[in-house]
Amino acid sequence: MRARALGKYAGAVILAVWVLFPMYLLTAGAFSTQSSVYQYPKSLWPDWSAGTMSFFWDSTGVPAALGRSVIVAAITVVLSMLIGTPAGYAIARFRFRGRYAYQTSIVSTRAFPVVVLSIPLAVFFLQWGIYDTVWAVALMHTALVLPFVVLITSSVLAGVPVDLEEAAQVFGCSRPGAFWRVVMPLALPGLAAAASFAVLMSYNEVFAASILTVERPTLPALVLNALSASPDPYKFAAAWLLMIPTFVFIFIMRRYILGFGVGR
Amino acid sequence: MAEPDSTGGAAVSGTTSAGVPVGLEPDQPPAPRRRRGLAPYVLLAPSVVYLVVFFIVPLLQGLRLAFTGTGGQWGLATVHQLLNDPGFWSSVWNTLIMLAIILPVQLILALAMSLLVNSRLRGSAFWFYVYMLPLGISDLTSGIIWYSIFTQQGWLNSVLQDLGLIHHPFIWLSYQHQLLIIATIVVAEAWRSTSIIVIILVGGLQAIPKEYSEAADVFYASPWQKLWHVTLPLLRPTLRTALILRTVLAFEVFATVIALAGSSLSVLATKANNAYTQYQEPHLAAAYGILIMLLSLVSTALFLVMLPVRTEQLQ
Repeated sequence: MRARALGKYAGAVILAVWVLFPMYLLTAGAFSTQSSVYQYPKSLWPDWSAGTMSFFWDSTGVPAALGRSVIVAAITVVLSMLIGTPAGYAIARFRFRGRYAYQTSIVSTRAFPVVVLSIPLAVFFLQWGIYDTVWAVALMHTALVLPFVVLITSSVLAGVPVDLEEAAQVFGCSRPGAFWRVVMPLALPGLAAAASFAVLMSYNEVFAASILTVERPTLPALVLNALSASPDPYKFAAAWLLMIPTFVFIFIMRRYILGFGVGR
Repeated sequence: MAEPDSTGGAAVSGTTSAGVPVGLEPDQPPAPRRRRGLAPYVLLAPSVVYLVVFFIVPLLQGLRLAFTGTGGQWGLATVHQLLNDPGFWSSVWNTLIMLAIILPVQLILALAMSLLVNSRLRGSAFWFYVYMLPLGISDLTSGIIWYSIFTQQGWLNSVLQDLGLIHHPFIWLSYQHQLLIIATIVVAEAWRSTSIIVIILVGGLQAIPKEYSEAADVFYASPWQKLWHVTLPLLRPTLRTALILRTVLAFEVFATVIALAGSSLSVLATKANNAYTQYQEPHLAAAYGILIMLLSLVSTALFLVMLPVRTEQLQ
């Protein structure tokens, strides 16, 4: 029995190394001198330096692209939470005709890849005059994220006992008041998890962003376009900057992650 | 015990009946108490409007683009163009070969992770957090990470040379070895997107009542026997969901391929992107998109038919 437990821990450690070690290697590449990036054979403990990172930061368009990525993610979170949370609440609290049909269609959006949507949307956005803006990318990202936000918020809100909400109404709260004062505080961590998911999905999304922008790309789109022509230090620093938010947002989401089910 | 058990369970318990794969099967109403009225429709309206404008309309527009020529006339001109596009068939094959390798690899990896997370392991919240980290990493980042490992003067060759196993850097990412490039893409994808499969599998594992495992213990079943004869059969609906999701994701693999292979290997999604961004051919690009969608739908239907789930397994 002891041996079996040891085996389990060994397995858990091996799998953790499999996940974490490539992240360390990227960090070593992004925070070493440029010459040690080109060194061969490489040393697993490089000459640590901020040189590669500052080279990337000074490259054309990088700070602006990062700024646009943040703006796009912010618009996506606000739009998808504003539109998605009421829908999640409706599914969690009401029984109504069309509820099942609505849920089925929300779930089945997963079968329609971003590839199918972004090309026709590019044509629309050109006509509407918002092609190559943060709004074009954010509107597309909201469409991608919205079904997940609806599903996540509905499971989060269903976890808040309906009795508390009814009690608040008995004591004179209106329905929106009860939601705001009783449900919201209890559901806040879960809603934060939904928002984190939206942030990550938007910040990481590259296919639609590269289709919908030309002159004003988000960070992933900029990096993707530059990929074939850029030196290794540029790639490593870029990838590191794209990787780092995951540590924060997965931490915020960790308690709710199993409810996601259809996440990315 | 496990953090994901107590909390994830609490978060979903209201809407998911046990055993139903989270998400892909709509849940039963959790007996809400409110009377029917206009309120739910008012709450749903914004999301419905948004998804019609930004989901259904683009979908129809995509179909229109794929089945009209550049002049706007309806017909199969674009489909013809698609089938005769240089590199079309190789992109189809590359996508399918990649899919065929990645399904078993990732399923085994995800199963190992989820069984560990689900077992009574100290610090299982920590392991779960670590295994979930790649969930927040883009395909582009994962492609670059594995590029830094597989590139000619990369980490893998460095380590192999230090160990004396090779004397010159081995070229892993050569356009002459397409299968080897596909293998590196599979590794990068297995690293990045296993976490989403783990989420689905852990959800399914936690829905299996403990009594089954206890019954197996009564008959002195070995851990392998328990896995093979008890856990896996009960996990079948969940495994099906995981297979469907993994397959749909495989058709969309994009930036990983560009980061690792550059232009020396193409898959369907990279062809779609190239058709639009490099050749300014929205019709052709949309046709690629529609093909990806059709493949996703057909493979989903195939899994549903080939792996039927008896209703009692869903209870």
